[in-house]
Amino acid sequence: MASSWESIRDQFPILNQQVNGHPLVYLDNAATTQKPISVINALDRFYARDNSNVHRGLHALSMRATDDYEGARSRVKTFINAEAPEEIIFTRGTTESINLVAASWGSANLKKGDVILLTEMEHHSNLVPWQLIAQRTGATVRYVPVTGDEGLLDLSALDRLLTPEVKVFAFTHVSNTLGTINPVADLCARARKVGAVTVVDAAQSIGHMPLDVRDLGCDFLAFSGHKMASVTGIGVLYGRRALLDAMPPYQGGGGMISSVDFEGSRWKPSPERFEAGTPNFGDAVALGAACDFIDGLGREAIREHDGSLASQARDRLEELPGIRIIGPKGERGGLVSFAFSGVHAHDVVTFADEDGIALRGGHHCNQPLMKKLGLTSTVRASFYVYNEAREIDALVASMRRTIKFFGV
Amino acid sequence: MSADLSDLYQNVILDHNRRPRNRGRIPTANRSAHGDNPSCGDQCDVFLRLDGDKIAEISFDGSGCAISQASASLMTTQLKGRTTAEAEKLYKEFHEIVTTGKEPEEISDLGAFAGVHAFPARIKCATLSWHAALNALHGDAAPTTTESHKD
Repeated sequence: MASSWESIRDQFPILNQQVNGHPLVYLDNAATTQKPISVINALDRFYARDNSNVHRGLHALSMRATDDYEGARSRVKTFINAEAPEEIIFTRGTTESINLVAASWGSANLKKGDVILLTEMEHHSNLVPWQLIAQRTGATVRYVPVTGDEGLLDLSALDRLLTPEVKVFAFTHVSNTLGTINPVADLCARARKVGAVTVVDAAQSIGHMPLDVRDLGCDFLAFSGHKMASVTGIGVLYGRRALLDAMPPYQGGGGMISSVDFEGSRWKPSPERFEAGTPNFGDAVALGAACDFIDGLGREAIREHDGSLASQARDRLEELPGIRIIGPKGERGGLVSFAFSGVHAHDVVTFADEDGIALRGGHHCNQPLMKKLGLTSTVRASFYVYNEAREIDALVASMRRTIKFFGV
Repeated sequence: MSADLSDLYQNVILDHNRRPRNRGRIPTANRSAHGDNPSCGDQCDVFLRLDGDKIAEISFDGSGCAISQASASLMTTQLKGRTTAEAEKLYKEFHEIVTTGKEPEEISDLGAFAGVHAFPARIKCATLSWHAALNALHGDAAPTTTESHKD
């Protein structure tokens, strides 16, 4: 079924329900998006018809399942414009993808005196894996500062920070807390000048805007299926082939070896080298279907839709008393993050839930950034293809009721 | 507003949230403990001056939602003057109130927290300060976290 903007909400069965007596207003898309019927059907069809273990199978179902799995890999390759399917490694999600690069590339390439450059707006998933490998290798971690509430990277500090000791520069494409869209191509070009490898966390951009790894010029890129209309448990690490083929395995097991002896083993090239054990082929099929769904709508159109809703929400929320909105004033990804003086984010989210509105409140796995901004938590509303302007009305009305109740 | 929600945000809770009692560090404290709720970022420090086995003074500091702040504030008013054994008994009762919605045995403001039981995700908000207080009483140096105990 080709996706289209017409009757878009009908393509998401979960939206058709009442929560606490109100129509569901789902504004927690930065945490996970809902799944269209085409993705649910693809998963259903795979398990009802083709399911079998992949690779080395000599029977019909195994060959079909292998074709489905490798077909999904090719689909993702096209989706991000990689050069070859071998550059697409299936993982459990963004977190595992980044852990894979940090552990495998990091252990082979980092030593004492080297620097890992991150930014202050990284999600814990693009921060903790690097802290772990820094501990193991003796490398140190540096951070590109964020400019305060406006939430932009302080690019004037980059020349000072991006020195020849920097071996890897890992940063997010779109901040999950601020909504900032970082200038990825520019950052990659500057990193390349000092010989640093780049790792892009695309968790919040992949389902929301055009993305071409060759235009971006990144060495690695990580994302999750469940934040792009696909299912949980599947994600991708893209890596340039020359880098991947020089990296040691991440995990050992079946499927990743070319030969095994009691004395030792030899590895297959990418992607098998990094996919030990039975891979998650069922969910990979759902990921391929999600790529079709997204391209059916058009990623430029999705960027326009989500960004416009986030900007509208920002403008409307700004009128509320006692509100502090963080993130850029100009172009932003499909989310807006805010706090009220005198009302904690969790109380706001509890009240919104009463109105059938799903929001997220907390530190959004961004604790160091929150501390820097002097916040302990924010409320976040995040948008996707099925959200509508009337849902912003519901959001603003709910916020008004809440702050009135708490006497702000 | 639904009955569940107005049960959760009772006047007693709103009042303690707005005007917290015994907030800030006591200079003469001889015991303290820190509590963390890593899933939501709530933090609570509890400071005590133990005189023999009696809580002569008690205060808290921290940040969090209305439920956690009100619970910490109310707890300080309830624990002052109690012995360790009495504090433990009171926590047991409080825990039962927030997990089952049962009214307290004696008339007490702790009953204001009975509405929490309808919001299981918020039980940890209500109990964080109590865990920190009990750790301070027991002299545990390690910070407590809501992950290291059941609620």
